[in-house]
Amino acid sequence: MGEKREGRSRDEAERREGGLHVLGAIWGGFATTLKHLFRRPITQQYPEVRRSLPERARGRIILTRDPKGDERCVACELCSAVCPVSCISMQAAQREDGRRYALWFRINFARCIFCGLCEEACPTLAIQLTPDFEMIKADPLDLLYEKEDLLVDHCGKNTYYDYQEHCGTGEKGMRPGELPPVDPKTNLP
Amino acid sequence: MELLTYLALMGLKSIAVLGFLLFAASYLVLGERKLLARFQVRYGPNRAGPWGLLQPIADMIKLLAKEDIVPQGADRKLFLLAPALVATTALLSFGAVPWGPELVLGGRKIEGAVADVQVGLLYIFAMSSLSVYGIALGGWASNSKYSLLGAVRGAAQMISYEISLGLSLAPIVMLSGSFSLREIVEAQEKVPFGLIQPVSLFLFLTSALAEIKRIPFDLPEAENELVAGYHTEYSGMRFGLFFLGEYVNIIVLGGVVANMFLGGWKGPLLPPLLWFVIKVLAVAFFLIWVRATLPRLRYDQLMHLGWKLLLPLSVLNVILTGAVLAAWPKS
Ligand code: SF4
Ligand code: SF4
Repeated sequence: MGEKREGRSRDEAERREGGLHVLGAIWGGFATTLKHLFRRPITQQYPEVRRSLPERARGRIILTRDPKGDERCVACELCSAVCPVSCISMQAAQREDGRRYALWFRINFARCIFCGLCEEACPTLAIQLTPDFEMIKADPLDLLYEKEDLLVDHCGKNTYYDYQEHCGTGEKGMRPGELPPVDPKTNLP
Repeated sequence: MELLTYLALMGLKSIAVLGFLLFAASYLVLGERKLLARFQVRYGPNRAGPWGLLQPIADMIKLLAKEDIVPQGADRKLFLLAPALVATTALLSFGAVPWGPELVLGGRKIEGAVADVQVGLLYIFAMSSLSVYGIALGGWASNSKYSLLGAVRGAAQMISYEISLGLSLAPIVMLSGSFSLREIVEAQEKVPFGLIQPVSLFLFLTSALAEIKRIPFDLPEAENELVAGYHTEYSGMRFGLFFLGEYVNIIVLGGVVANMFLGGWKGPLLPPLLWFVIKVLAVAFFLIWVRATLPRLRYDQLMHLGWKLLLPLSVLNVILTGAVLAAWPKS
């Protein structure tokens, strides 16, 4: 049907459309809208009815902990680098045992577009988006969330991944099971 | 003394009708939004007051409080004049629409219309043609390409639809033998003209939709091509006046259709005024239904429809009616 139509000239198609069946189509349209008039509206009245959003809905951002209870974030700045609106900033620091962490970590939710790229970029699964979207503030400055506001006491969506376990701590080349560093020059012909 | 009472009565009636019109227009907006919402399986405005009944008041406050912007490079005088023209012509044309039978109060006849003009029909046509000036001037004076395009479309549309608009009512005038809306209503004592002249009703409704620029003929303000067409540059109460004009026009159209085709205020059981209101509301409901159903026509389609379908049909209708009337003179 569709192919045949395209083969015809536009004039012909228009003449065909100008026929009686336009009236039928219009009548069908009127019947449809009238039917809809007597249907129950499907709107959910927001403040009264709060539908639960899917688990992966992108809302307020949290910083999660690993299964042992340590902060997951190693202040690698990947989230900050990937963020299209540059709303994440942090200061890296190192603990005595060599593990890195964020001295302070700040997300400016006034700029965040909840794209979720930070979550995708994070190697430790530390930064995650939650379905909570109700963060209305009268003053945009109140939308600057500090580390205390972001850090939570659970693992978020992934309850078993532990980056430190996976890669170990300590200096480069000293971690258990680590491959020797690649020497790019030996790859040359 | 006679003159004084006459003037007082006249003034009272005008104020009552004006107040009712403004009230009706603002609640028509609410009704349209609610109905459109239900047509689209939504709720529509329901936050301001119970069932959203205070929404028109909220809208009015908003419109009044908004800044009234006159764009740079606009023709100031015309720019300020245009919306008033649209609103006044719409309000004025309702003046000739009768809404009830003559009342006799203390030996004094009170006619159920602001003014029972002998050529009421022509007067209404004249007013509705004048209102297009408001649109053309507003669009021109805004000094914006979207407004200008909207205004040009409005004028062109008016030219192509005015003829069939007038001709579509000619058979009714021939049947009733009068231009006065009151006498036309009286002539429908037995059968409403809508049953005798369904073609005329269809033609008139179609051309009138184009005349008051509603979907599917809202090309002058086609949002998705022209931002808002002729009133793109208007804000605040001036935009409100355009808006008011549009909705008063719907009521006027409802009144004209009720009087010309549906038997005016005549009907069994209920009081005449109520019948009139019911009929006007029925027409308004139909217009909203049309808006919820039909897509906007393309510009060339609109012209085709006007010149190639509506005009010949209405001429044919006039000729046929004339022939029938000549063959069987007034029975
Ligand atoms: S969700 Fe997007 S915008 Fe928001 S912090 Fe993450 S990367 Fe930046
Ligand atoms: S949240 Fe993730 S990506 Fe961002 S700095 Fe911390 S570890 Fe790196």
